[in-house]
Amino acid sequence: MAIAGLLQRHAKGPLARAVRRFAANGAALAGLAILLAMLALILAGPAFLAHQPNDIDLLAINQPPGGEHLLGTDGVGRDVLARLLEGGRISMLVATVSVAISLVIGFIVGSVAAMGGRFLDGLLMRGVDLAMTLPPVIFLLVLASITGAGIGSTILVIALLSWPVLSRMVRSRLLELRERDFVVAARGMGAGLGHLLWRHGLPNSIDILVVYATLQIAAAILLEAGLSFLGLGVPPPDASWGNMLNAARSSIVLERAPWQWMSPGAALVITVLAINFVGDGLRDAFDPRSDL
Amino acid sequence: MLGYVLRRVAVGFAMLLALSLLIFILLRLTPGDPIDAFINPNVAMTDAEMAAVRARLGLDQPLPVQYLRWARSAVSGDLGYSLQRNGETVLGLIAQRIGPTVLLMGAAILIAIVLGISGGVIGAVRRNSPADLGLSVVAFFGISSPAFLTALLGLYVFSVLLGWAPSGGMLTPGAPFSVADLLAHLILPALLLAIGQTALIMRYMRASLLEVLNQDYVRTARAKGVREFWVIVKHATRNALLPVVTLIGSTIGLAIGGAIFLESIFNWPGMGLLLITSVETRDYPVIMGATLVVGACVIAVNLATDLAYALIDPRIKVG
Repeated sequence: MAIAGLLQRHAKGPLARAVRRFAANGAALAGLAILLAMLALILAGPAFLAHQPNDIDLLAINQPPGGEHLLGTDGVGRDVLARLLEGGRISMLVATVSVAISLVIGFIVGSVAAMGGRFLDGLLMRGVDLAMTLPPVIFLLVLASITGAGIGSTILVIALLSWPVLSRMVRSRLLELRERDFVVAARGMGAGLGHLLWRHGLPNSIDILVVYATLQIAAAILLEAGLSFLGLGVPPPDASWGNMLNAARSSIVLERAPWQWMSPGAALVITVLAINFVGDGLRDAFDPRSDL
Repeated sequence: MLGYVLRRVAVGFAMLLALSLLIFILLRLTPGDPIDAFINPNVAMTDAEMAAVRARLGLDQPLPVQYLRWARSAVSGDLGYSLQRNGETVLGLIAQRIGPTVLLMGAAILIAIVLGISGGVIGAVRRNSPADLGLSVVAFFGISSPAFLTALLGLYVFSVLLGWAPSGGMLTPGAPFSVADLLAHLILPALLLAIGQTALIMRYMRASLLEVLNQDYVRTARAKGVREFWVIVKHATRNALLPVVTLIGSTIGLAIGGAIFLESIFNWPGMGLLLITSVETRDYPVIMGATLVVGACVIAVNLATDLAYALIDPRIKVG
């Protein structure tokens, strides 16, 4: 009986264990629920709205929330709610695409550093050190000043900024993996770098990648918002949470029309908190040392 | 110990060198031709004249030679001229702006250290009490919300709604200089800038102190009959501070990032505002000069943190 139970528990792989542990984590589940609700609203909401995000109505500028415009209107009479949902879509797009790019760069740099010999390792890691010397926001500003504003260049800038931390985590995991018997055996049988990375490196660092991707999406949303807030990210007339907040740099909007900047601010904080809860939950769920 | 110091300083210089190389390469990637700024739009220049300007500025040399020339003048303090501000020197602009930034960041870091450490001590000593829970919630929001959002909200609440503080600038325009005026303008942005760092220090201090409070020497001190207050202050807190020192050094980068947003929102005439306006106007020499100076400061602070850590903690083996 006991043996059967033991066997059954062993039959469940690490993935099933991670899912079970994640499901037992209340904060993470709450974060996931909020995040899914947010995504549903962002993706499906516009179908139910009477206003398009770029519809200008000069007869109804700076309307406070209520009535026809649920969250009010902005300085040229555009519906704040419609722009909020549109901005959420663009913020999510920028965040997911830039994180996907930085995942690829970070994994390749980290795994090549770990598996590609001491010279490459030293070279790549000094590059990572250098990239981490500058405060992120400064680096972001410098890159943005070269690429100019735009959705594509915002994605590029955030992606270029985010990979160094990931490459360090992947490297330290694979340095450990490199000495394990099955990898030594594979190398002994003449496996090339591509085979080692694809068949051994990737499956064994998938937990790092998942946790990093989740937390980094929250960070990327904040970076995009910060960049757009300074007027260097997503350019108008496209909406993003950052460039909606940018309106509050005018003291008239800040003082007289708080609904125009408080709603994107609230959306930003709620989304980032929810994603961080999910990310922390995933990290705990994958970490065999943490007790839940 | 001396060997360790020398090696760390050497690494710092190597980083600075690499950083300058990176900045030079980025400078060359910027759109536009560097000689555009030297062309008088009212005079048609021939190709021969353009070539002469190029030769005079050394732009006809190979890139490594150009880098060496640039690095040599950068070391002697010549970072070039602004493209937008009537040709002021970059070094002069930075010199004007660095004071206000150091003031703002210094005040914020001081606030963060005092509030963060005392909050962390309270949280650890009164573990799981309402005060601890309250502080944890505050710290949680402090870490999660971005600097520009807390700054906007703080400006709205304290300056617009309550009218407790001026809404921007460093001094009242036209009024004679007074320290009270400066402090009145400084306190709100400094407090708001300190939020993120305070939260980090508080969480770290709490965890560190909780660990120390379980150590044998704390139990010994209590058994000797040392009063609880002195156990906390003298025996526990002093030891718990060690890891926090490193944290303070490594959050400088975070504070610089936050300072950029706060300077922009509060119109604080510092390096951040200089950097943002330069990025908006594509004033590349200023952007690169300011980046080099900021990078050098970060490297210096990291170096100082490492050295301070080695000095104060005898358990760290250096050499």
